[in-house]
Amino acid sequence: MRHRSLLIMTTAITAGALTLSACGSRDDKNDSGGKDSKTTVVIGVDAPLTGSLSALGQGIKNSVDLAAKVANKNNEVDGVTFKVKSFDDQAVPSSGKANATSMVDDEDILGAVGPLNSGVAQSMQGVFDRGDLAQVSPANTNPALSQGDDWASGKKSRPFKTYFRTATTDIIQGRFAAQYYYKDAKKRKVFVIDDKQAYGNGLATIFAEEFKRLGGKVVGRDHLTVKETDFSGIANKVKSSGADSVYFGGQYPEGGLLSDQVKQAGAQVPIMGGDGIYDPAFIKASGTNNDGDLATSVGYPVEQLDSAKTFVKNYADQHYKDPYAAYGGYSYDAGWAIIQAVKAVVEDNNGKLPDNARAKITEALGKVSFDGVTGKVSFDQYGDTTNKQLTVYKVTKGAWKSVKSETFKD
Amino acid sequence: MHELPQTLVNGLTLGALYGLIAIGYTMVYGIVQLINFAHGEIFMIGGFGALTIYIWLPSGTALSLALPLMLIGGIVASVAIATAAERFAYRPLRGGPRLAPLITAIGLSIALQQAVWAFYPDAKKPRSFPQFEGSSFEILDNLHIQRGDAFLLIAAPLCMLALGLFVSKSRAGRAMQATAQDPDTAKLMGINTDRIIVMAFAIGGAFAAVAALSHGLKYGQINFEMGFIAGLKAFTAAVLGGIGNIYGAMLGGVVLGIVEALAIKYIQDIPGMDQLGGGAWKDVWAFTLLIVVLLVRPQGLLGERVADRA
Repeated sequence: MRHRSLLIMTTAITAGALTLSACGSRDDKNDSGGKDSKTTVVIGVDAPLTGSLSALGQGIKNSVDLAAKVANKNNEVDGVTFKVKSFDDQAVPSSGKANATSMVDDEDILGAVGPLNSGVAQSMQGVFDRGDLAQVSPANTNPALSQGDDWASGKKSRPFKTYFRTATTDIIQGRFAAQYYYKDAKKRKVFVIDDKQAYGNGLATIFAEEFKRLGGKVVGRDHLTVKETDFSGIANKVKSSGADSVYFGGQYPEGGLLSDQVKQAGAQVPIMGGDGIYDPAFIKASGTNNDGDLATSVGYPVEQLDSAKTFVKNYADQHYKDPYAAYGGYSYDAGWAIIQAVKAVVEDNNGKLPDNARAKITEALGKVSFDGVTGKVSFDQYGDTTNKQLTVYKVTKGAWKSVKSETFKD
Repeated sequence: MHELPQTLVNGLTLGALYGLIAIGYTMVYGIVQLINFAHGEIFMIGGFGALTIYIWLPSGTALSLALPLMLIGGIVASVAIATAAERFAYRPLRGGPRLAPLITAIGLSIALQQAVWAFYPDAKKPRSFPQFEGSSFEILDNLHIQRGDAFLLIAAPLCMLALGLFVSKSRAGRAMQATAQDPDTAKLMGINTDRIIVMAFAIGGAFAAVAALSHGLKYGQINFEMGFIAGLKAFTAAVLGGIGNIYGAMLGGVVLGIVEALAIKYIQDIPGMDQLGGGAWKDVWAFTLLIVVLLVRPQGLLGERVADRA
């Protein structure tokens, strides 16, 4: 019997060890500059800097870094130098929570930008709230983060006063997508798939509700697992359901594969997703032609806004290794919102940082208002952005092209 | 039920992929009683080895011409990593406590994954893999076989046949069986057991490379994280089939693949089970099957009940 118990033990230990191994975190220590007479304010950044979502995470980090550099160059806040300290959450909630704790413990950090994933944000919110440290996410779209778990039934209540975001919520994104599919693309029978994560599942559910409300039919609903590669079973179900379209709540690594496999199964229907699949990697990693696939993303295309031209140019001048990706503009605005809040607090306190700077900055964030990269930046009573611009993108000849930009109306 | 053949074919191809990787677990376990948890990464590196060859070839090379070279590239990469792991990570620990090489294996697995992430160009995102032109073969009315899968469905039985012949007919294969049965006696009979162990790692690596190439052709992309779930599933397949038994590994893989495919498709249709079906639950059913098999037949489907060594 020794063989059997050894096997069971190995399996148990390994499963445990592999789970833990995914939770390690690596910090970028880039705060070794010399100190001068100026006060240094550190902005913490939490994003997936490694792993399959690192393309988005690096874009977030660099964009906040750019905001700090611009603020320092313009002497935006008299007597204050901004620095960025980044933390890697690998898109894992427990790493995010550990990072949040490190940020709260670091007295120089007065504001945080991030994270990318709504699921990670859920684990961080409480830590930030207890530490009175303001957090501005450039990318979270799950409504519960700012409006409480009962948002769907209309009972909105803000769970944490320290949480803000520059990205609009999935309530808006999911409904916008449903309206596009039903009204513009004239789709009637949709198959809805999600990746069981806070973001993907939430978005897909909101989409499905709105699509049904408009009069469309949801002909099938299924879930896939993150990091898996074989979705042929689900793809066949899509085909046999007779759906004329697919909606996918999730991220680009799975989205790209799903799109391929649906088409290989013989269902020539488009897949639409949210900002999680709006990434060049969705198209690039794909073996099959996915022209016609759609994605919604928050805001207008950065390249089209006048306010964004300076950002795009400044970003290029810095020669960062990775592009600003989908959330660059929002990350810059998130960083800038913190900088503006610091500015307001410092000006209120005779040019110095007060003792309870974190609480004051949280309070000041609720009142900031400026013209950012992505348009007007300000927050409503839940900490959500007041900017409700969205865009539908379509894969055309192997690249994302914007097809419709609009401010969401109920 | 007219979609049953397609579901079975999907399960079979997925299962053949699991089976090819599972051979590596099973051979190494059969000979040194070590579960080489870095094997998933050896599989992943085989994919990157094959991709590297494709990138080196002049652009526009037909895939049918490139394929043999890519296969060689993948096998070289996987076998090199597998044998190096044996030499530098496992051999120094041989004879030590059983837990030591297991922990090394986990460390090695993470190290290899991160090394590809850090050093392979553009490996931070999924890398696209060349694919066959054209869509699928239509065999029957409702039965399609993807071109990428066709390679797998041909390669897997060929590999199995070759391995079976090698183990039963060649001198080295018989030496391998002898070492698996009793390494000390094998040594006394003049068998160089160190060489046999390296051989087991190398064969496992080569099979993993074939699997990785099939994976790339099947899904059109590879990424640095793909070894994790594939490795876990292949390990499950090896245990299911009876760890240590090479035919068991293939059978375990195929059973696992087919159970997953059937679970996705049909469990939802059983009255009262609609909450327990679909893609979300397929791993639950796969592992339930594993538990049931281990309860009824602790040695796995084809495993033999081995007497414990004193």
